[in-house]
Amino acid sequence: MSAITLSTSQGKFKIPHYPIDMVGIEERAASFTKRSIKNSSKLEALYLAIEMTDLTTLEGADTVGRVKSLCAKAISPVSAEYLPLLEKKALPAIPHVGAVCVYPAMVKTAAKCLQGTGIHLASVATSFPSGQLDLSMRLKEVRKCVADGADEIDMVISRGQFLQGNYQVVFDEIRAVKEACGETAHLKVILETGELKTYDKVRLASWMAMEAGADFIKTSTGKVQPAATLPVTLVMLQAIWDFYQETGKKIGMKPAGGIRTAKQAIQYLVMVNEVLGEDWLTPDLFRFGASTLLNDILRQIFKQATGQYFYQDIFSLD
Amino acid sequence: MSKKMEARSLARKGKALSPPIKSSSVKKTKAKTSVPTKKTRDQKRTRAFTQYAPAPESSKVVTLKEKYDHYINGEFVAPSSKTYMDSINPATGKVLAKVAVGNQKDVDLAVAAARAAYNNVWSKMPASERSKYLFRIARILQERAREFAVLESMDGGKPIKESRDVDIPLAAQHFFYYAGWADKLEFAFPGKKLRPLGVCGQIIPWNFPLLMAAWKLAPALATGNTVVLKPAEQTSLTALLLCEVLEEAGLPPGVVNIVTGAGATGDALVKHPDVNKIAFTGSTDIGKLIARNVANSTKKLTLELGGKSANIVFEDAALDQAVEGVINGIYFNQGHVCCAGSRLLVEECIHDVFIKKLKKRMETLRVGDPLDKNTDVGAINSKEQWLKIKELIEIGKKEGGDFYEVSTDAPTQGYFQKPCLFTGVSNSHTIARTEIFGPVLTVLTFRTPDEAILKANDTPYGLAAGIWSEKGSKIHKVASSLRAGVIWANTYNKFDAASPFGGMKESGHGREGGLQGLFPYLEIE
Amino acid sequence: MKVLKTIKLYINGEFPRTESGRSYPIMDHDGKEYARVCQGSRKDFRNAVEAAKNAQAAWSKRTAYNRGQILYRMGEMAQGKLEEFSQLFQTCLGLSHEKSVDMAQAGIDAFIYYAGLADKYTQILCSVNQVNGPFHNFTTPTPIGITTYADADKFDFKLLVSHLCAIILSGNSVVAILGKGCPAIIAPLSEVFATSDLPPGVINLITGSFDEVAGFVAGHHEVQALFVAGDRSANSKQVSELKLLAVDNMKRLHLIGEKTSALELVMKAVEMQTIWHPIGV
Repeated sequence: MSAITLSTSQGKFKIPHYPIDMVGIEERAASFTKRSIKNSSKLEALYLAIEMTDLTTLEGADTVGRVKSLCAKAISPVSAEYLPLLEKKALPAIPHVGAVCVYPAMVKTAAKCLQGTGIHLASVATSFPSGQLDLSMRLKEVRKCVADGADEIDMVISRGQFLQGNYQVVFDEIRAVKEACGETAHLKVILETGELKTYDKVRLASWMAMEAGADFIKTSTGKVQPAATLPVTLVMLQAIWDFYQETGKKIGMKPAGGIRTAKQAIQYLVMVNEVLGEDWLTPDLFRFGASTLLNDILRQIFKQATGQYFYQDIFSLD
Repeated sequence: MSKKMEARSLARKGKALSPPIKSSSVKKTKAKTSVPTKKTRDQKRTRAFTQYAPAPESSKVVTLKEKYDHYINGEFVAPSSKTYMDSINPATGKVLAKVAVGNQKDVDLAVAAARAAYNNVWSKMPASERSKYLFRIARILQERAREFAVLESMDGGKPIKESRDVDIPLAAQHFFYYAGWADKLEFAFPGKKLRPLGVCGQIIPWNFPLLMAAWKLAPALATGNTVVLKPAEQTSLTALLLCEVLEEAGLPPGVVNIVTGAGATGDALVKHPDVNKIAFTGSTDIGKLIARNVANSTKKLTLELGGKSANIVFEDAALDQAVEGVINGIYFNQGHVCCAGSRLLVEECIHDVFIKKLKKRMETLRVGDPLDKNTDVGAINSKEQWLKIKELIEIGKKEGGDFYEVSTDAPTQGYFQKPCLFTGVSNSHTIARTEIFGPVLTVLTFRTPDEAILKANDTPYGLAAGIWSEKGSKIHKVASSLRAGVIWANTYNKFDAASPFGGMKESGHGREGGLQGLFPYLEIE
Repeated sequence: MKVLKTIKLYINGEFPRTESGRSYPIMDHDGKEYARVCQGSRKDFRNAVEAAKNAQAAWSKRTAYNRGQILYRMGEMAQGKLEEFSQLFQTCLGLSHEKSVDMAQAGIDAFIYYAGLADKYTQILCSVNQVNGPFHNFTTPTPIGITTYADADKFDFKLLVSHLCAIILSGNSVVAILGKGCPAIIAPLSEVFATSDLPPGVINLITGSFDEVAGFVAGHHEVQALFVAGDRSANSKQVSELKLLAVDNMKRLHLIGEKTSALELVMKAVEMQTIWHPIGV
């Protein structure tokens, strides 16, 4: 794979070939799982993880009722009756999550629920998850979501075009979607790493997305296996770092799908810490795309507070 | 936080964007406002996470004796001289236990026991039975893995993460591997019968105490020899704990004997007339001394000595993985590795980019208590070694190299050296030629593959080398031109019982591991 | 009054009954009924091949060291059943107590032997080849894939264990038909496999008549090798028929017996792959 040349209205530029060694990157990713994060470090990581969670529902069966429930959970992850347990140990209250993520049809409902809460509203768009739809219709969808109240757009790249080698098309599409987001919505670009397959391609797609104006790059839709993994996220974090060195721009990262336990979430935070540093340990630059994760984090917090593992049932499903 | 994000965030809350707040620099300055803003409160909280609370591995699993005797003929035997030496924990400077000092008498006793065991028991035993003893030892080592890992870190200073994940599993693997060869020696050399040598004297170093014991004992026993082993005086404890495993496995008395002590003890073993073979791993200087001592005898000899291995990074390497390889190559086990990639040869056109990445990565290495699970770089093995390293660093600075040391904290008590490097080094500098055996990297450049090969080979040593390139043909070409016994392409410091390891030139001769690792312990009839 | 064990098949790490609902009696050496075993059918065989197929890729991706460890574990588990095995041999084969124990121990030792061979045979059988050009040329073994095994007329525990171990050592999976020598062996042997961390589907055991399923086995396109144990001559009627059926998908057909050494067995269970790579900057 030689350098890719892309053109913009300002002229041409190259994205150089940047090879990734599979065995090496997987070893490095695995090394983060050996960090032992305990006590105060663990607690801070858990709270941080809640603030970074994009609480997500993306099912064909989503209804107004389902979304309202999710928003309630997003605002107040634990019911008030358990808060005294935290106060006893001088632990802060459970924060609200970073964002709620829904399908375009549900944006209006969610916007109403989240009004004034400070929680961001992310909508998937561009014919999520496949992206297989005429560009004009995808852009129309984006504009509608923004108009309905979404302040974050999670788009998918055209993997078919990418794998065919039509990189200019992929690049231009991302730029068009970014424009459609306007001034009020930030753009996350989903690479669907499970379909790109090789780390080399993930690196290329990451760089392309950042050059095209992505505010965040995101691993997956969650509809294809494998979704987020530590090594694929590591590739993207390293791309973010190199991009920052080159342009001074800090781009955010969102691994999505497959992160179900607090333990895993902490491993990701360790990785962000050691690859990008403290500056990225904020919901403004890092998010988890997850649903069941939240309850496991709560379970861990309450275990630290009380010394006991609670039933899963204590924490409402949504 | 960008303006746009701030605007969005406030808009969500129904507020307007207020005049821009001057953001204070994130890292180490204190907040200038008296009222803690959300940002400073977040920074404090984030710091609580990123500093990683202590995660100590408990040392309760280890029961230390007050003093340790020799292990001869299946029993613990007090030293004839009644002398003991201190075994010190280099992370604390405190004495862990006292260990016997062996003299000529003790060595004589041990060799006699080994000889008797060889003549009467071990050489008569069916090979499949020998095999089973070794399998048992491997199994028990796996069962007691945690105990051995903790003791190894306490005695030698290496991080628990390494002793737990590398040293002990590899040691068990060595016993497993050679157990499988014991009854298959007829396949080792076509058409020829192979015989053991008899009694082997083995002297091992302090950098991988238990692993080196496994590397020596496993092939020797599998091939039918008996052994007298002399551990390094700095780190005898895991070898002595291994005696418990040998007993649990029911190994017949005298097959393995352990005599502790320092240089004089090793000397007595090397010169003993009834020893058929000497195996030594350690410094090149001592290796040459031993070689001179056995020159006028029929003793067989294998030596695994020092190195100043080159880690060669080409422009077409996978750069981030190459950085990992270089880090691993020199900072793994605090650089106390004979095959450490202590010279970085980086292609000149990527020098600056590469060093920048390397330094950034170095800053995430955690230097500290070996028993903390998050420690990456532990204690220097001894005061003596620590002083040597300091001395060489001073020489390096005087020679004109640019010195860089990580800014992370290191404990003030005990013997610690922070990971560091010298750039602007040339092959003639002392620090580019002398083995430092510490976490000190010397960085040199090259322009072409031929130049890389020349510079890499420009050393009396020849133990290992690393090659980083995504071009397969280049790897094969460079590898076959390098005079080093172990070549790691796009990886580093990988060890396996099935993979032969050993040096060329002054890094020694003989191989340990794999099929080739059998030959030093056999006579081809 | 003792509880009698029902002997079932061992497929995909589980113990199903035969789909056919048939069973037949195994006689002990005195002619008394020892137990009934399942009479495996083509359907059972087909299910077993499916299981073997699903297990094979992952099994071959494990390290040789890991496979060796599992074989060693089999030895450990088998050692714990020394009594059971020797009882079985005494009762069914009519061997003396001493000879039964010897046979049982020989089988156990075979597990250990092959455990030790797992990560070494390439060093003996494979090569780096000195070709006449600037190329790195090396030959490595790869597993054949999904294999089948028919046991020998005359039962020998060491031989049975050796054959099965040699086959799975290099990453093959196997469906073994135990019809001839001592079908009752399926019970303790499958229990050894089931308690040894062996992934389900790597070894599958079916009792029944090989003759009944032989044609089906030899003609099954997903089966890539057939190992026939015993002293059958290469041109005997049955073997010739098998060879003909095997031609369709170039199934490897190997006759293995007492005289086949360990290395030969392993060599027959692999496909040698040679790779060339240029040497040059």
